[in-house]
Amino acid sequence: MSIFSRKPNDGSHGSKLIRRPMQYWMWLFLLPTFAAFCIGFLWPFAQGLFLSFCKFKITSVWEWVGFDNYVKALSDASFMHSFWYTALFAIVSLVAINVLAFAAAYALTQNIKGTNIFRTIFFMPNLIGGIVLAFIWQTIFDGILIAYGTNILLKTSYGFWGLIILMCWQQIGYMMIIYIAGLQAVPEDMLEAAKIDGATKWQTLTRITIPNIMPSITICTFLTLTNSFKLFDQNFSLTAGRPFETLADGSVIKTTEMLALNIYNSFYSNVTNRGVGQAKAVLFFVLVVIIGLLQLRATRSKEVQQ
Amino acid sequence: MKRYLALVLAIALSLSMVVGLTGCAKKGEGSVYFLNFKPEADQAWQDLAAKYTELTGVEVKVVTAASGTYNDVLTAEMDKENPPTLFQCGNAGALKTWGEFCYDLSDTDFYKQMTTDDFNLYGENGELLAAGYCYEAFGIIVNKTLLKQAGYEVTDITDFASLKAIADDIHARASELGFDAFSAAGLDGTSSWRFSGHLANMPLFYQFRDDGVESQPATINDKYLDNYKNIWDLYTTDSATTGAALLTSTGEESTAQFGNRKAVFYQNGTWEYTNLVDNYGLAPEELTMIPIYCGVEGEENAALCCGTENCWSVNKTVPQEDIDATLDFMEWVVTSDEGTTLMAEQFGPCPFKKAKEPDNVFFADANRYIAEGKYVVTWAFNYTPAVEDWRAGVVDSLSKYVSGTGEWTAVVDSFVNGWAAQYQAENEG
Repeated sequence: MSIFSRKPNDGSHGSKLIRRPMQYWMWLFLLPTFAAFCIGFLWPFAQGLFLSFCKFKITSVWEWVGFDNYVKALSDASFMHSFWYTALFAIVSLVAINVLAFAAAYALTQNIKGTNIFRTIFFMPNLIGGIVLAFIWQTIFDGILIAYGTNILLKTSYGFWGLIILMCWQQIGYMMIIYIAGLQAVPEDMLEAAKIDGATKWQTLTRITIPNIMPSITICTFLTLTNSFKLFDQNFSLTAGRPFETLADGSVIKTTEMLALNIYNSFYSNVTNRGVGQAKAVLFFVLVVIIGLLQLRATRSKEVQQ
Repeated sequence: MKRYLALVLAIALSLSMVVGLTGCAKKGEGSVYFLNFKPEADQAWQDLAAKYTELTGVEVKVVTAASGTYNDVLTAEMDKENPPTLFQCGNAGALKTWGEFCYDLSDTDFYKQMTTDDFNLYGENGELLAAGYCYEAFGIIVNKTLLKQAGYEVTDITDFASLKAIADDIHARASELGFDAFSAAGLDGTSSWRFSGHLANMPLFYQFRDDGVESQPATINDKYLDNYKNIWDLYTTDSATTGAALLTSTGEESTAQFGNRKAVFYQNGTWEYTNLVDNYGLAPEELTMIPIYCGVEGEENAALCCGTENCWSVNKTVPQEDIDATLDFMEWVVTSDEGTTLMAEQFGPCPFKKAKEPDNVFFADANRYIAEGKYVVTWAFNYTPAVEDWRAGVVDSLSKYVSGTGEWTAVVDSFVNGWAAQYQAENEG
């Protein structure tokens, strides 16, 4: 008798003698993870939600103010600016990262010499932390821009494209690995059938390969989109929102400030009421969840069942 | 293998629980928890705390916030079960946030050791909320030897006109002399506070003096901003580092230019003395500090800018025994031999009866000007609302101005309108 003839449920796990106590004690095994989840996620989340309706300096001393913080957050010009700026950034980086990562993956699955070395090198930027990465790139950009008598902190567009380049450099390698895994899983027989039927390279790519790697595309677009929305470290250390634009009333729009940084800044600079920053954080959470779900749904429907 | 792994994990888990439980063990006597905001003084405080514990058995914990993160750390620490018992509240903005946590120090033995109230911060009802434990002075540090090589004496500089004439001349002959007039006025984060904070004090001080301002004003005007422009233009013209290069120029770079004798003038404060003498090997006798002249009438009678942001506050929300322990510790620091030595070494002159004299020529300069009857330029910038944000706005507009991509009017805007906006934001809550 070989191992293959065993029915899936035939093992000792199926036995009543074992299943009963397991069902009985299941909660005990789940408890540590569940406790960690509560301590690390549920409780802070509930507390954060509550505090977004309060005026507070430190989290243990608060005063209930209702929707006040939300009204202030939504009427804050800098918050709205950072939202649109982030949205623009997310779209551009989503396209740039995925197109380039797919191209790299496609090239590196064509049996080129030294494929593994290329893969490793492309992946490496991903191992450097965001703050350090941004400082490295800041030095590079400034080194180039100083030749033209300017600096990355002087123009919004420099900051924008600088951050795009930085994020591409960091993320392409990672997405590339996911695409490579996807490309390697495309069934050989389908590709062979296409070849026999006389499909061109382009037809094979668009009709066979891409539909088959939809799961990879789902994951990669999801990751790049949410990464862009949640981006903080790189934004913080590359430009920290500069250049500023002073409005007529003296308030300041930080033109390259993204959502997460805006929340951080309004939390720490508004010393008499950190609730506004907290309310912004809740809005931010809702936004990221909605975008993530919509995007997942849109791409899932295009996946091919093999 | 798996069984051993599980065993190891189980042991690790139980150990961490034991550690966690011992952490909860009740403390007998009061203890001190000092949140220090000067990274450069961390080691000295740690040593002093250990010494105090050794002498008295009272536990003193010193935590130092990393450079630039003091406010964030304080916010987080204040929320904890054992918050700091001793912390710093250096200006009007800090009192607005933390004033309600501050213990009234006016009736303590520590306070009885103080020689002046000049650097203390008071609450609305006259309670002493933060005690200034040292004071500092800033101005333009001059290398007298280089100045002499260029054919001038310090006494030749008496106002903005004479400073400009000399600086222009040195700058014009820079390649021949081998040094320039001013060290880099860098706008990198490690250096920009010298201009958005300290240099900005000049227009603020003169305006407040004219208007008799004695508490944080809601608005300021541009009366002396032309003077600010005078001195800023001078710094950024008569220097080896100019234009957009200033945006990435660090504080270290500026210090190095002065320390390596590549510049005659360097705007900074008394705290820079040890670095210049010990690390760059400048001789104390070749150094002096002169007031920042910016073309205000009567400025030949100005002394250095003296003040402090080093003020201690005791947390009144902690148990009384911790408050008592903290007050005892503070008194010991300003009276004991070890404590006063540290204070003199780390902070310079301190307003306490038993304070030691620091060996720092810049303080001698500060005192000399005062002895000559000149007026002290106080730290008017301590009234700045939302300090970090206001300064960031000024730095940004200065960056554009100095690189030629922005106008001076934008600097005036960020100064005047920025102040009003930050004040409003901070006060409407």
